[in-house]
Amino acid sequence: MKKGTKKAFMILGGIGVGFINGFFGGGGGMLCVPLLNKVLGEKTKPSHATAMLIILPISIASAVTYVSSGYFDLKLTLIVGGGVIAGGIAGALLLKKLNSSVISIVFALLMIAAGIKLAFFS
Amino acid sequence: MTAAYIIVGAVGGIIGGMGMGGGTLLIPLLTIFCGIEQHIAQSINLIAFVPMSIVAIIIHCKNKLIKGEYFWWTAVPALFLGVLASLLIKNINGATLSKCFGFFLAALGIYQFVTAVIEAKKAHDKKNGKEKKR
Repeated sequence: MKKGTKKAFMILGGIGVGFINGFFGGGGGMLCVPLLNKVLGEKTKPSHATAMLIILPISIASAVTYVSSGYFDLKLTLIVGGGVIAGGIAGALLLKKLNSSVISIVFALLMIAAGIKLAFFS
Repeated sequence: MTAAYIIVGAVGGIIGGMGMGGGTLLIPLLTIFCGIEQHIAQSINLIAFVPMSIVAIIIHCKNKLIKGEYFWWTAVPALFLGVLASLLIKNINGATLSKCFGFFLAALGIYQFVTAVIEAKKAHDKKNGKEKKR
């Protein structure tokens, strides 16, 4: 891929990733990984790692914007956040032991089910 | 209810820790099972994943998995649009935002499902191929 084309894809991809991540308060990483991996041709593991680095500043900036708009609940954030951190460590450790393709299929089905529920039945 | 919040957070964290976008699962878990308003659920997700991703990035950095060449060209436009979109949601009510999120989630789920099935099939074929050679 030409350097110019690559830059154009990065800018366009960044626009999409940033918008989605700010609008939905997440999900930018799930778009950034295929951008790096499928569009720009980076290997899978570096794509995941680099996507995290790209998402971090957007998440911080978006979080600040949300909080200053009044979308903030300290108690809930601390309780859920504690669970997220504990779960995150467990998940990282479990990753080596479980069959990840089975988990991603189950996870995908869960996402589809939750998506349909929210889009049509709420 | 506190226990439910911790469990929901942990489930999101486990998926996130596996690098499969825990946030996209944490938000609907918070709204569907805990009845939390969409904007607040999104705010919790944004904040909760900052410390986790910092730790993960440090580990990835040590393993030399971070490719700096993509950072500026992607992160700068992403930052601007991210803040813009965060301001935009003030004009959208929780129910509408939740509906939009549902469509986004279902589309992402379908993409993830197709990718996972293709990869599982590839791994399966590779395994079978090796067995035949023996």
